[in-house]
Amino acid sequence: MTGRRASLMVTCLGDLFFPHVGVAIVRVLRRLGVAVDVPADQTCCGLPLFNSGYHAEAAAVARRTAALFRDSEHVVVPSGSCAWMVKHEYPGLLAGAGLAREAEDLAARTHEFSQFLVRVLGVTEFSSTVPGRVTYHDSCHLLRGLHESESPRTLLGKLRGAELVPLTGADECCGFGGSFAVRLPEVSSQILAKKVANVEATGAACLVACDAGCLMQMGGGLTRNRSKVRAVHLAELLGGER
Amino acid sequence: MSTGDLGTPFRQRAGGAMQDAFLQEALTIATTKFIGLRREAFAGFPDGESLRDQARAIKEATLQQLDRHLETLIANVERLGGRVHYAATPAEARAIIVDIARASGARMAVKSKSMATEEIHLNEALEAAGITPIETDLGEYIIQLAHERPSHIIAPAIHKTKGQVAELFTRELKRPAEPDPEALTRIARVELREKFLQADIGITGANFAVADTGTIVLVTNEGNGRMVTSLPRVHVAVMGVEKVVPSMSDLMVFLAILAKSATGQKLSVYTSLVQGPRRGGELEGPEEFHLVLLDGGRIAQIDGPLREALSCLRCGACLNVCPVYRQIGGHAYGYTYPGPIGILLTAMMEGTEAVRDLAHASSLCGACLEACPVRIDIPRMLIELRREVDDRKIAPWPERVVFALLARLLQRPRLYRLAARAGRLVQRPFVASGRIGRVPLFFGEWTRTRDLPAVAARTFQERWATDRELRG
Repeated sequence: MTGRRASLMVTCLGDLFFPHVGVAIVRVLRRLGVAVDVPADQTCCGLPLFNSGYHAEAAAVARRTAALFRDSEHVVVPSGSCAWMVKHEYPGLLAGAGLAREAEDLAARTHEFSQFLVRVLGVTEFSSTVPGRVTYHDSCHLLRGLHESESPRTLLGKLRGAELVPLTGADECCGFGGSFAVRLPEVSSQILAKKVANVEATGAACLVACDAGCLMQMGGGLTRNRSKVRAVHLAELLGGER
Repeated sequence: MSTGDLGTPFRQRAGGAMQDAFLQEALTIATTKFIGLRREAFAGFPDGESLRDQARAIKEATLQQLDRHLETLIANVERLGGRVHYAATPAEARAIIVDIARASGARMAVKSKSMATEEIHLNEALEAAGITPIETDLGEYIIQLAHERPSHIIAPAIHKTKGQVAELFTRELKRPAEPDPEALTRIARVELREKFLQADIGITGANFAVADTGTIVLVTNEGNGRMVTSLPRVHVAVMGVEKVVPSMSDLMVFLAILAKSATGQKLSVYTSLVQGPRRGGELEGPEEFHLVLLDGGRIAQIDGPLREALSCLRCGACLNVCPVYRQIGGHAYGYTYPGPIGILLTAMMEGTEAVRDLAHASSLCGACLEACPVRIDIPRMLIELRREVDDRKIAPWPERVVFALLARLLQRPRLYRLAARAGRLVQRPFVASGRIGRVPLFFGEWTRTRDLPAVAARTFQERWATDRELRG
């Protein structure tokens, strides 16, 4: 395992609101012998601009973000949606600037966190930092964009000290959807309320997701409802190697 | 609610729908059932995935030579003794059908379920011409009695509970009705049987039209389609031009996936193949057969950004899985076609201005793309519509200002860091144990129902810059 290098793309939400997730990822990777660096001056992948249709602006943001990771061996991203943006939208967005090949190259080196552990490093066994029941929500972009439902479940299923219990409607949207959550707050909130009810019904101590957007939405719903369930990023649960 | 309520902003229409307890109950039950049935149908059908790819390929190939296939279709329908009409707009289509009905002296028209006739608002036109339209599909019959419009592409009365239907029948038909689907169906059958025999003209849509053979294909579950196409003297079928398929073997590919996607059935109960009017020696069938080919904004999209939407089979699967449709139902969208595909079709038929707000009625979760039998990339086209709304400055100016500022911020790391520091200052009065409760203004929409995470005391990048232990 040693000799691997990875750059953390911390993402805007990860940087501003969930710095402990970035810290957890750095520690997990380092324990696995991966040398981690964090290119300076990161802001955002540009997905919020892209999804709202501001494509010229998104391309400008994509261009500078891509440049930051030009020399990275691997790029690890804590959110499925941001990983999807880099892997699926950068090539098209940057083709206009004659950077299609660079973008394709970056796409191939970019991995969502759970995929990096399971599919690149081949590591699946950890002990849990929080013992007890956990349940897992499939983030839309990770599930239907990157077609990944297995890697997080493999990690959680094998997690020593934790019991993975199924979540009804795990593959249904939590109602975040970026600007959707504030453009149509009533619709977004009703979708969230159904998600929160399903989460409560699992009896889990932790609701795990691999996307900061979903964690912001579901975590905000859970604490507002004074739920005992904590919304956490997968990386927060991964302690030492089993 | 119907298209008449477009004066109310979409957000309020959606809010109203979520306050309707009956609608909420009906929607949850029906969409959950459809999702399960569809999933089971494909789980037991290993060829499903490759047939979906094949179906999409056939649609693509057909679109590339649509004029040729339409010419073949027209030639074959005429060879069989039918007449073909071309309507560029809904108004033209209405006029053509009203003329046919008048020429045949029709007083009453029976209809089988057809979204194309909904799209052209045919019933109102027939009524204005003194011809009584009677919907004979049970769901359509219910909403016609209730003076409403369909709220789902294949289940027009999905928004009604059985209790509401029983009340409606009791009131409108003057028959005491129990909230039991079978009993309600029996009542409708008795009422409708008379109409089939009385009607002078039968009007249908078409799920497909086979160019090679001039065959109109109707996929139904109630048998009413057969009565509508065989009992009246005149049969008029209305279809969007994109519904043509080249051959019978192509048709089989679509039939293998359509009902599975729509209702979870292997095949619908009835698949009716109609070829022109009654010919010499035949015992049944209409004396006249007319096919109305409708453009209605479709042709322009063959080379347009909504091209993919021309592959739509109108199965409704994308509605059932859409988290937005599942909360608000079909009427809140405000146009004939609801749900994710409906937003694209509305843009196609009414123009981009009409979907300024609707283009954002999606969390882009991708469930529609996953469920679509022909894999129409609905999320991508919704984003394209949003782009057009922005580019043409149809989007409200405050929104454009916010995104312009955001774009600057994200390209200038110093400004981004400054904004983080400013956020920490501004949020100070509202933060409790790392969370922000209810706040006014910009984040008010978020915090009415959800806490907001506070900007961290130190962002990750600030920690990385100074924390030796973290850097390793």
